[in-house]
Amino acid sequence: MLDRIRRPWSDRRAELVLGAAACLLAIGIVTMIVFVVRGAWPTFSHDGFSWLGSHGSVDSRIGAMQNTSANPAASAYQIGIWPLIYGTLLSAGLAVALALAVALAASIFIVDFAPPAVRRTMTPVIRLLAAVPSVLYGLIGVLLLVPFTNHLVTQQQKASVAYVIQLSGGGVAVVVLLLAVMITPIMTALITDALESVPRPWREGAIALGLNPLRATLAVSVRAIRPAIVGAVGLATARAIGEAIVVSMASGGASFSPNPTDGVVFWFEPFETAASTIVRNADGLSAPVLHSTLYAIAALLLFSSFMLSLAAYLVKLPLRRYQVSN
Amino acid sequence: MAQSESAQAPQLLPPRRSRGRRSSLFSWRARDQAVFALAWITGIGLCLVVAAIVLLFATKGFDYLRPDLLFSRPSAAVNQAQSGGFLDPIEGTVMLGILGLAIAAPLGVITAVWVVEYGRPRWLSRIVESAVEVIAGTPDVVLAIFGLALFELGIFAPLSFSSPGGAFGRSFLTSGIIVSAVAIPSVYTATRNGLIATPRQLREASYALGKTRIATIRRVVLPAVRRDIATGATLGLGRIIGDTAIVILLLGATLRTQTESGTPLLGLLRGTGSTLTSYIYNNSPSGEGNAPNKAYAAAAFLLLLILLLNWGVGRIGRIGGPPIHEERRLGA
Repeated sequence: MLDRIRRPWSDRRAELVLGAAACLLAIGIVTMIVFVVRGAWPTFSHDGFSWLGSHGSVDSRIGAMQNTSANPAASAYQIGIWPLIYGTLLSAGLAVALALAVALAASIFIVDFAPPAVRRTMTPVIRLLAAVPSVLYGLIGVLLLVPFTNHLVTQQQKASVAYVIQLSGGGVAVVVLLLAVMITPIMTALITDALESVPRPWREGAIALGLNPLRATLAVSVRAIRPAIVGAVGLATARAIGEAIVVSMASGGASFSPNPTDGVVFWFEPFETAASTIVRNADGLSAPVLHSTLYAIAALLLFSSFMLSLAAYLVKLPLRRYQVSN
Repeated sequence: MAQSESAQAPQLLPPRRSRGRRSSLFSWRARDQAVFALAWITGIGLCLVVAAIVLLFATKGFDYLRPDLLFSRPSAAVNQAQSGGFLDPIEGTVMLGILGLAIAAPLGVITAVWVVEYGRPRWLSRIVESAVEVIAGTPDVVLAIFGLALFELGIFAPLSFSSPGGAFGRSFLTSGIIVSAVAIPSVYTATRNGLIATPRQLREASYALGKTRIATIRRVVLPAVRRDIATGATLGLGRIIGDTAIVILLLGATLRTQTESGTPLLGLLRGTGSTLTSYIYNNSPSGEGNAPNKAYAAAAFLLLLILLLNWGVGRIGRIGGPPIHEERRLGA
C-alpha cells in the first residue's frame, strides 16, 4: 500500500488527488452554510424575518432567552436585532470612511512622493500594523482609551442621557478609531499595489501636459484604480463587520442605538454589533432559544460577507480587462 | 534638493529621478500644497501610530513582564500577585499554531498548485478560487460558531471530551481544524502568486528532460516557490496566533490546559486550554479575570512574538540571493 503511494505518480492520478484536496475548501464552505442555517432554523421558522426588525431591548431579550426551558414557546424566539445591525453598519461605515481617507493619502505618499528611504521604512511598518492581533487593539481600547474618554465626558453630558443609557466611556468614538487603525493597513496595502501597477507613461503623460505631480496622480492614477479602491473598501468593510473582539472589549457593553442628534454625546454612546453579541453570549449557547438566535446572527454575518465578496469580485472585473492590477 | 543632487552626479540620472520634481512645489496652488502636506502627514502619522503601539507595549512589558510569569502556570485568584503566570497560554498558542499550520500549509499549497498548474475543469477551479476568497472574508466568529455546531455531532466525538449524549466540541483538535481556515488564504495567495510568476521556461526545461507534470511540480516548481510558501505560512501563523474569537468559543478558554485523559499526546489534543489571546481577553476588564497588569504582560509577550514572526517574513524574502521572480512589495 505504502509502496504504491511512494512510486512516481502518474499525471492523471496526481491531478485527481490534488483536485480532490482543493475541492475540500469548497465543500467546507457548503458545510458551513448548511450548519449555520440549520442552527438558525428555529428562529427563521418561528419569526420569519421579523427578528431583523426592532422589538424592545436586545439585552433584556437575550437575558430572557438564557432562562428558557427545553421546549420553548414560539414567543420565546421573539427578538429585534435592528440595534445590532445599526451598530454594525454605524461602526463599520465610520471606520471605513476614516480608514479610506488615511489609506488613500498614505498610498499616494508611498507610491509617488515618499523619498526612497522613507518608503523603505514604511513598507515593513504597515505590514507590522496589519499583523497586530485585534485583541491588542481591544486591550488598548479598554485600558487606555475608555478611561480617557470617560474622563472627557462631563457629568452634565452623562446626566443628559441618563434616562436611557449610562455612559462609561466606551462607545462609538473608541471603536471607530480602533477599527480604523485595524483596517487602514489592509486598505493601504491593496491601494498601494494598485497604484504601482498603473503604467508609468499614463501619469507621465499627464505631467507632460502640464499637470503638477499631485494633480497627475489624482487625475490619472487614482482614477484608473477606482475599481481597486472599491475592492479594498469591500474587503475592509468585511473585516470591520466581522470584528468581534475589539468591539466587545471597547463598545461599552450595551446594545443601544447611538443617536446622531445627541450631538457630542453620540460619540460616547455604547452599542453592540452582530459579531460582538455572539462572542459576548457564547456562554449561553446551551440554552436552545439563545442558541438559535446566535446562529441566526451568524447566518446574517455570513450572508453579508458573501455579498461583500461578490461585490468586490464584480467591481474588479473591469480592472482585469485593462490588465491593471490582478 | 533636486538641483544639488544632479550637480553631483549628472551621469547617474535614471529616468525615474525626474518624477515629481519637475515643477517646484512653491508654484502649486494652495489647495494642492495642502493636499500634498496632508499626504506627508498621513504617511508619517501612520509610522507614529505603529511606534506608539510598540512603545506602549514595550514600556508595559518592561514594567510587568517578569521571567517567572513565562514559566509559572495560571491559577484563579482575585489578587493579581497570586494569579500566577501564563505558561499554559503560551503552550496553547504554540500547540494551536502548530496544529493550524499543519493543516493550513499543505491544504493551501495543494489548492494553489492545483488551481495554477491543472485548473481543469475551468468552472471547478473558479469555484475553488472563490471558495478561498469567501474563507478570507468570513468573520472568525462565524467560523468558530460553525465549528461548534459541526464538532458537537456524535461522529466527531473522538476529537474532544465526549459524553453519551454527544460531543463537547471544544478541544485543541477541533479549534486547530477551524483556526487553519484563517491561515489558508495567506498560504494560498502567496503560493499562487509565486507559481504564476515562475517562468514557463523552468517547467519546459523539465518537460524536455522527460519528467512528467507532477514530477516537474515536485522537483522543479515547488522548490522554486519555496520562499513564497514560507512567507505565506509565516503570515498565516501570525493570523492563527493572533486569533481570539475561535479560541474563546472553540478551545474553551479554560484557565489551565485540561487534558481529556491520561493518554500522553492524544489526551492533550482532545483537551481544552487557552492561548495568549484568550488570556489577554479574559484578564482585561471585559473578561472575568480583570488583572490588567497580567494582560499587559501577556500582550507585550504576544506582540514580541508577532514582531519576531514579522521579522522572519522579511528574512525569508531574502534567503539565498535575489528571487527568481519579482516579488510584490506590500501584498496582502
